[in-house]
Amino acid sequence: MGGPTPNWYAFTNFLKVLILAAAVGIPNPVKSRLRRPRASKSARRESLSFHLMILPWLIGFCGLMLYPIVASAYFSLTRYDVISPPRWVGLGNYVYLFTRDPLFWRSLGVTFTYTLVAVPLNLALALVLAMLLNLRVPGMRVLRTVYYLPTVMPQVATSMLWMFLFAPTFGVIDWALAVLFHITGPNWLSDPHWVMPAFILMSLWGVGGAMVIFLAGLQSVPPELYEAAQLDGASGIVQFVRVTLPSISPVVLFNLIVGMIGAMQIFTTAFVMTQGGPDYASYFFNLAIYNNAFVYFKMGLASAQAWVLLLIVMIMTLVVFATSSRWVFYGSGR
Amino acid sequence: MRRQRKIHRILAALVLIPGALVILFPFYWMLTASLEHISQLVQFPPQLIPHPLDFSSYPRGLTFLPFGRYFFNTAQIAVLSTLGAVMSASLVGFAFARLHSPTKVFFFTLLLSTMMLPASVLLIPQFVLFKSIGWVNTYLPLIVPAYFGGSAFLIFLFRQFFAGIPEEVFDAARMDGCGNLGLYWRMARPLAVPAFTAATVFHFQFSWNDFLAPLIYINSNSKYTIALGLAGFSSQYGSTPWNQLMAVSLLMALVPILIFFFAQDYLINGIVVASR
Repeated sequence: MGGPTPNWYAFTNFLKVLILAAAVGIPNPVKSRLRRPRASKSARRESLSFHLMILPWLIGFCGLMLYPIVASAYFSLTRYDVISPPRWVGLGNYVYLFTRDPLFWRSLGVTFTYTLVAVPLNLALALVLAMLLNLRVPGMRVLRTVYYLPTVMPQVATSMLWMFLFAPTFGVIDWALAVLFHITGPNWLSDPHWVMPAFILMSLWGVGGAMVIFLAGLQSVPPELYEAAQLDGASGIVQFVRVTLPSISPVVLFNLIVGMIGAMQIFTTAFVMTQGGPDYASYFFNLAIYNNAFVYFKMGLASAQAWVLLLIVMIMTLVVFATSSRWVFYGSGR
Repeated sequence: MRRQRKIHRILAALVLIPGALVILFPFYWMLTASLEHISQLVQFPPQLIPHPLDFSSYPRGLTFLPFGRYFFNTAQIAVLSTLGAVMSASLVGFAFARLHSPTKVFFFTLLLSTMMLPASVLLIPQFVLFKSIGWVNTYLPLIVPAYFGGSAFLIFLFRQFFAGIPEEVFDAARMDGCGNLGLYWRMARPLAVPAFTAATVFHFQFSWNDFLAPLIYINSNSKYTIALGLAGFSSQYGSTPWNQLMAVSLLMALVPILIFFFAQDYLINGIVVASR
């Protein structure tokens, strides 16, 4: 999955704070100034220090985020090859993408297929593993480290390793298939039908990222809940559906959103392993953006694609958030 | 009841231990492949335990491309950008944790919402920006942005840690006339060793493993990072020298893996602090 590991943790907290901020509401500066008695001198000095201290981030935010977002929106409405100045084409890039670019729909389909299969598989497996670990298996710490290890690997090294594992004739996966099941394994990365399963299989190797977060969630479920359920004679399955799942539903939401955003942005592995091939069967969306921008220097078209991706990610996140009120339960806990 | 729990534990171990072996197998396979001669590698069936061992992939892989230089380049970028990220993120995190301002909630919400932005939206304009000031094919685009707060995640990590320090620690220093910057430097910073360790490791690993940014900004071979060199390895060779490729991959991966092992407890503490 895309991005460095810490993002997994970042998002869990990010969502908590987002919910908190939504509840509190972003304070209207005008209103709060009216409500408050005149700020004392020391309070004003503290506020000044605050702004000076966050200045590095604030400059970075304006220069490396706010400006790029605005510029990207502008570029997406132009034809731009970096050498000559951008030429205004209105919605031309978007129209081209949606109506004439054959690879746009292809890359969208590839990316969605991957996201819709790999993310639920990863979450289900991660949850099962976390629940097993949570039974306080001896050596739990070591097992947790082992499962987490693949997520620490550089993605380029991971790609090289899996190219080797997936290799036809001498690859160990095809060999295992032949020995264990007497099947002739496919040419994983050079067969258009098997390249997507190969990427999904590879993504499962990184299941430890989501697993660690599920485990932390499971460990914070109050034991009293299980004791009460057991007194009521609830079976293991009933306990899972009635106690475990509702208790960790916020964590499921976090992992789902992080997983989706990561899967939609897969790039490095596909770039190194297949370059999008064979026959564009692994032509992920970010690969299309990269090629248009830095191979063909169609910066305007690539910016339009990036904006489509931004909107898709935003809509997906909002849809998941909107449905979450039905299946996510926030306890009165911390 | 207790016996049932014990049975559950044994059953769980029966799933988790083979699963762990499946997770570990690719690492083992990478190691053995790096210790085989190319003729042993492509034979069928593969050798589960290589015999004889051949260590020549390491010197050969490392000299086929100037990987020594690439390691140095990558380390240089990772160290300089980590320095900036940790310094600026801790300062910003401190301000968000301990100082009051009417605009704080607004900026904090803004900070956190930047985490959701797909990197590709920022990629092209940032490239155009850095190109216009002549930074393409230098390490500056890979280092300088880290000095502006590192990342939202790091700022958040520091904020959570600093927020957990009891107010009394600062009250005493305030009485003594310590300014806000002094509070950060003299009181908060020495107490935050675990947070600094976690942040250093996270950012170093991110920078060490990064592929996309070097791919876009670095053109000349001598300035390549290991990730770039490794990705270009197989295309420079006629037939893929898997043993050398695995040797170099292993060396590249060893750095973040070793750091992870040594800093594991700090990292997990950092995560726990951040999730409170």
